[in-house]
Amino acid sequence: MTAGTTSRAFNIDTVANAEATPGQALPWAELGLKENEYRRVEEILGRRPTGAELAMYSVMWSEHCSYKSSKVHLRQFGEKVTDAMKKHLLVGIGENAGVVDIGDGWAVTFKVESHNHPSFVEPYQGAATGVGGIVRDIISMGARPVAVMDPLRFGAIDHPDTARLVHGIVAGIGGYGNSLGLPNVGGEVVFDAVYQGNPLVNALAVGVLRHEDIRLANASGAGNRVVLFGARTGGDGIGGASVLASESFDSSKPSKRPAVQVGDPFAEKVLIECCLELFKASVVEGIQDLGAAGISCATSELASNGDGGMHVELTNVLLRDPSLTPGEILMSESQERMMAVVTPANVEAFEAIMDKWAVEYSWLGEVTDTGRLIIEWDGEKIVDVDPRTVAHEGPVYERPYHRPEWLDGVQADAFTASAAAERPADLREAVLELMASPNMCAKNWVTDQFDRYVQGNTALAMPDDAGVVRVDEETGLGVAISTDANGRYSYLDPYEGARLALAEAYRNVATSGAEPLAVTDCLNFGSPEDPEVMWQFAETVRGLADACQELGVPVTGGNVSLYNQTGGVAIHPTPVVGVLGVFDDVARRTPSGWREDGQAIYLLGTTADELDGSEWANLRGHLGGQPPALDLAAEKTLAAILVNCSRDGMIDGAHDLSEGGLAAGLSEMALRFGVGARIGLDELCERDGVDAFTALFSESQARAVVSVPRSEEVRFNDMCTARNFPTIRIGVVDTENQALDVQGYFTLPLDRLREAHEGTLPRHFG
Amino acid sequence: MTLETPLIGGPQPVAGREDRALDGVRVGVVTFPGSLDDRDAVRAVRLAGGSATQLWHGDHDLQGVDAVIIPGGFSYGDYLRAGAISRFAPLMEQITAAASGGADALPVLGVCNGFQVLTEAHLLPGSMIKNNSLHFICRDQRLRVENAGTSWTSDYADGEEIVIPLKNQDGQFVADNRTLDELEGEGRVVFRYVDGNPNGSRRDIAGISNSAGNVVGLMPHPEHAVEAGFGPDSSARGAVEVRGGTDGLGIFTSVLKKLVG
Repeated sequence: MTAGTTSRAFNIDTVANAEATPGQALPWAELGLKENEYRRVEEILGRRPTGAELAMYSVMWSEHCSYKSSKVHLRQFGEKVTDAMKKHLLVGIGENAGVVDIGDGWAVTFKVESHNHPSFVEPYQGAATGVGGIVRDIISMGARPVAVMDPLRFGAIDHPDTARLVHGIVAGIGGYGNSLGLPNVGGEVVFDAVYQGNPLVNALAVGVLRHEDIRLANASGAGNRVVLFGARTGGDGIGGASVLASESFDSSKPSKRPAVQVGDPFAEKVLIECCLELFKASVVEGIQDLGAAGISCATSELASNGDGGMHVELTNVLLRDPSLTPGEILMSESQERMMAVVTPANVEAFEAIMDKWAVEYSWLGEVTDTGRLIIEWDGEKIVDVDPRTVAHEGPVYERPYHRPEWLDGVQADAFTASAAAERPADLREAVLELMASPNMCAKNWVTDQFDRYVQGNTALAMPDDAGVVRVDEETGLGVAISTDANGRYSYLDPYEGARLALAEAYRNVATSGAEPLAVTDCLNFGSPEDPEVMWQFAETVRGLADACQELGVPVTGGNVSLYNQTGGVAIHPTPVVGVLGVFDDVARRTPSGWREDGQAIYLLGTTADELDGSEWANLRGHLGGQPPALDLAAEKTLAAILVNCSRDGMIDGAHDLSEGGLAAGLSEMALRFGVGARIGLDELCERDGVDAFTALFSESQARAVVSVPRSEEVRFNDMCTARNFPTIRIGVVDTENQALDVQGYFTLPLDRLREAHEGTLPRHFG
Repeated sequence: MTLETPLIGGPQPVAGREDRALDGVRVGVVTFPGSLDDRDAVRAVRLAGGSATQLWHGDHDLQGVDAVIIPGGFSYGDYLRAGAISRFAPLMEQITAAASGGADALPVLGVCNGFQVLTEAHLLPGSMIKNNSLHFICRDQRLRVENAGTSWTSDYADGEEIVIPLKNQDGQFVADNRTLDELEGEGRVVFRYVDGNPNGSRRDIAGISNSAGNVVGLMPHPEHAVEAGFGPDSSARGAVEVRGGTDGLGIFTSVLKKLVG
């Protein structure tokens, strides 16, 4: 099957032409290249680039594809990985996604990525194709996708533009993910005015495979065929159209190209099944997904990861729009496309599988050992480059950075010292206010638009602490995943903020009962050209890499999203951290609520006066001071206790304490199964030297609430004592009384609490 | 062609089940390119004690199966109208012919998209339009079994309530009043939503049958309430463990028992 295209209504800038016309000006600036970068391209090639080559270099050397500002910092993730941390790592950073050994010959691949900017421009398609892109990364590793998650951040809940984004983004994630048959098992929804012009739409996907099925994308074996399959290439997702306009001499061609890609989930669903069948039948040497920078990226990465050469005839690409120029074809980010390398002997088998799934394909060329990526247009050479210079040897910047001068003032402005900090007289009303607030309210208006059941392996999903998915139906082997970030903490101290984000995700996974194993991150920041933002970024990476080392969990991959700022104002530094944990049997997972009458309720950990950056301070419009203190050794012990409790059946419910503190923890545990409790705070207040308000609203770390069957109390206490971890009995589950009864302070009927908690999102968006 | 959809592990049959005779019953599960809950339906059949045979939409042969399930999903993408293209699949012709022969005809169950396909194929009346909320809805839904006399509901009692997941975008059942009256009059309303109509379906109808009772379609997903630990948090039969609801299993045991006589 070939496109059979011949003459086109535009002139082609060939390599010969580039050599003959060295003085011709090219629109490198409009394509986002800096002058030094363009000169470097000329130096590499020893001549001016052709239009097509310029298109390739400009997209591949963009911040998004080259990590040119972040690379020097990201190296720490590799450098700080110890041998012990590598124990479970089958594939580390640098591939499409990291792969982790979870035992019994099973492996899991997972990764989180951003799709922030497209989602602001076109919320539905931006969010939908964000899911599509991350899922293709998982498929190209040889894995079957088994779950997705979406950490989302929006502007103020009552801003007129927020509803547009919430409706579009939530529908887009659901519309795409639900159609792929992937359970959506968690995520976050945060509202904060700092994200008004820059919503964060991060998407995480998890895939499962056998060790022997791991595939790395590279083009090895001269003579092997290169094939493009899936959707046709169209004009969608082309960033800078100016160069293309300069190539075009035909006024009849469409002038405006949408910069946001349009998704077709059905095409992707078919692509998943088709790729898995290709892998299973061993008819492909490697598969590369087409995401950012489309064919430019796929050809240059495949070639430079393999034997170093590739020869492609670009007119063979199947097009949705026959008027596309070579540069546009190379840059197009049309969705649902894959590129594969196939030995000549397997061509027929490959075509049979394509035909079975009715997937279109076209043979583009072959792998060579020349070390050159040659792309021709009707036999005329339009690209002749060393693929490594495109894919891996882009510019690297050591951007200047410095600690913002304003930070001292912000850190000095502690909440407890501020006027807003007046203790509320009525703690009942304070709890209701907190639980109805945009960030603490129930998110089921969002999550009920996502399918959490499909595939039949979901053991926990929202609103539990982590999403838990079974991998092996015979043994119950499975994984837990949680994503967390706190932009407010990171604003106050980016180093600590990153560590806190990791600690919370780690704690969430352990609270569900799983042993934390590996990390993925999506680092969302403002402009790297602002030295203060760059400092936030550098501190974040340093903090995250340090904390990973201390907790013994390696970063396996992720994504950096920069330039999240509007009118010179950057978002809070927002490192979204995903932690993956493993269960020997998901049957022992711990839900985030209590149910059995008479079970004892314990608080693990201690509480200090830590309201700076808290959700309560947020409700009073205050952001200052220091984020809560972090003790990673305590986090490790707490996690070990929670995992052991799950393994030995010592607890029936557990919930980590984070945003909203104990007030949020108790409320959510009561609402999880609609079962009340009687709580006493006096002993806790006396032990930790805090008042009842602080006990309820402080966000001290390394804490969790658990419900313990009476028969297990002795064993539970013994274990905590043996590990020298503070624990205190704060109450008892009460199925009779449908209320959260904090003795001496207030009784809050669950109906009233639920109404407040679940009413907020429908009121704004329903 | 037998489709080998790679399953993750192998589903375990119900431990200690008594009726080994059910083993011999073969239930076909149809896979369209965009089917999503096909592997779940296969698992449900096995957990109920039967054997599942995977059927490919493009085939012309039912492989001698004793019953057929058309699972949920988006068959061919459903960009035109849910199920509108699927009804023309070669396998659907076989199913339509085999299902239309009275009480002893092939038992066919359509779940969600499968229900939509059955209405498009005119095996069942009515049609599904977008939920009245205009949103995709995923929630645990309480239903009342209005007719325990069909091939797929005989393990329930008339009036029994069950809780199974509902998850769809186009789940609002509509039909003209005469059709609705006919369905009611002939006892062909098989499932009705209780505790609130989630999507605006006429007369709270969640599932219906043909007049012979061998063809049943419903929007909620019984195959997602068959295995303790992976189902809804609740059951109409009383308290269950976390995600312990298995109220949907009866659909699959009903047809198996009917087939072994």
